[in-house]
Amino acid sequence: MERQDPYQPHGLALTLETIGAWLLALIWILPLAYAVWTAFHPPEFSTRFVLDAPLTLDNFRRALDAAPFARYALNTFLLVTTILAGQLILCTLAAYGFARYDFPGSGLLFALVLAQLMIMPDVLIVENYRTMSRLGLVDTIPAMALPYMASAFGIFLLRQTFKTVPVELDDAARVEGASALQILWRIYIPLAKPVYLAYALVSVSHHWNNFLWPLIITNSVEARPLTVGLQIFASTDQGIDWSIICAATLLSAAPLIIGFLLFQRQFVQSFMRAGIR
Amino acid sequence: MKRFSLAIQGWLLILPALSVLMVFTHWPALATFIDSFYSTPKGRRPSRFVGLSNYEQMLSDPVFWKAAINNLIFVAGTVPLSIALALIMALWVNDKLKGRTALRMAFFTPTILPMIAVANIWLFFFTPQYGLLEQITGLFGAPSWPWLGSDKTALFCVIIVAVWKEAGFFMIFYLAALQQISPTLGEAASLEGASRWTFFRRVQWPLLMPTTLFILINAMINGFRLVDHVFVLTHGGPDNSSTLLLYYIYEVGFKYWDTAYAATLTTVLLATLALIAAIQYGILERRVHYR
Repeated sequence: MERQDPYQPHGLALTLETIGAWLLALIWILPLAYAVWTAFHPPEFSTRFVLDAPLTLDNFRRALDAAPFARYALNTFLLVTTILAGQLILCTLAAYGFARYDFPGSGLLFALVLAQLMIMPDVLIVENYRTMSRLGLVDTIPAMALPYMASAFGIFLLRQTFKTVPVELDDAARVEGASALQILWRIYIPLAKPVYLAYALVSVSHHWNNFLWPLIITNSVEARPLTVGLQIFASTDQGIDWSIICAATLLSAAPLIIGFLLFQRQFVQSFMRAGIR
Repeated sequence: MKRFSLAIQGWLLILPALSVLMVFTHWPALATFIDSFYSTPKGRRPSRFVGLSNYEQMLSDPVFWKAAINNLIFVAGTVPLSIALALIMALWVNDKLKGRTALRMAFFTPTILPMIAVANIWLFFFTPQYGLLEQITGLFGAPSWPWLGSDKTALFCVIIVAVWKEAGFFMIFYLAALQQISPTLGEAASLEGASRWTFFRRVQWPLLMPTTLFILINAMINGFRLVDHVFVLTHGGPDNSSTLLLYYIYEVGFKYWDTAYAATLTTVLLATLALIAAIQYGILERRVHYR
């Protein structure tokens, strides 16, 4: 029998709480619900909510005609995969070094890494722009990706995970003549799989949505990600045609929304796992 | 000899990440500070050492003060509100309500949506007359009001959107912490006859303290970092009434191309973030029991 929580509300309290929770949830989902309504109905229904409004995909077609969203989507895809690949490699190596090697200065270096949790590349836009123009990388995908590749958060998360792996496994493999990288590849990485999945979900959704740095560092369709493309599209071309803006908004967030609907539990658990230190 | 080779291996493992970190975080932070003492190079005139004159310019710049005060209001508005809402959401979702999975999903959805995209929808909500907000207030006969176009309400709207975006994200951490509280504590408290409020105040809230601290720090950092929606909703206006520090840095650095002054402003932002870090590690860590 399931244990009864004595503080689980009953009767009137439960009813009130349920109503309150649903009201708040309704407010919370309203912007998305509105976007879906407007995107799938003709423009004249964007401010009129009647049940027999005809459904249409026309807004999406118009949005796709008006701006190169397919190209933007490709750029975003390349951006998030570049960042994730870089993060996985750099953070795994560094996390292993911090978790299992004792060498002079490791404490200080770890503190230097953690400093990035406070001072993020997000606020260092002026100097990072200068660095990128010196490197001749302005308006490229590497320029958007590089500042985020050595993620302090990723190093910290993986280091905590690696520290829970029994050292005996490590020693046994070493006795058999395995190298450090072989041990990392065969023992540590497989054991940390759920953490990698969680980190990947958080990283992808974070960088899919990133705006300020890509806005600054890109200036052409060839490099611009969805967020920047959407902003330029919404602020210049369309005036206040809400239907087409809503369609474009849904297009640019669609992969995340669909992923979230399908893997809701994994998403929530990933953010939970990745956030608890 | 073995010790030495192990140290080398450790160094080599860390080197790639650390060099990227140095180039794109540590060096720019330092360079920002150095550049704040130099002038912006213009045409053929190279930048030269100007001492504190950028800082003097900043102190007499009314827009800087506006941005700084706005940012403090923004933090004071978003942080407590989003934390309180997150806690309420978590407590609700933690109870066995009807459709709690759907509720949790509704609260969490803003977290995964791009801020720049949803800000466009909020823009419509706030539009006078035919926007959703005024369609509702209009039913009650309230007069029309330019929510984003008035210096009285623009910052308020910017705060509301940020709270909406963040509360569900913070809820997740409270939810995780609530689920880790042993059910025996609730049973013991109810045997003692404690009311639900007493149980929350004396048992749950103290046990949630480390989570609250974690969320508090994150919320404060975000309070100085979250500016995407300003680009859509108000562009800092009207009359700079909703500009924030990072948004002003963007304007100075990439619209007026006054890089030295932008570096000076960034130095202030970095100092603020360092102060938050100092508060976290210095004062609060000692007081709050941490796992």
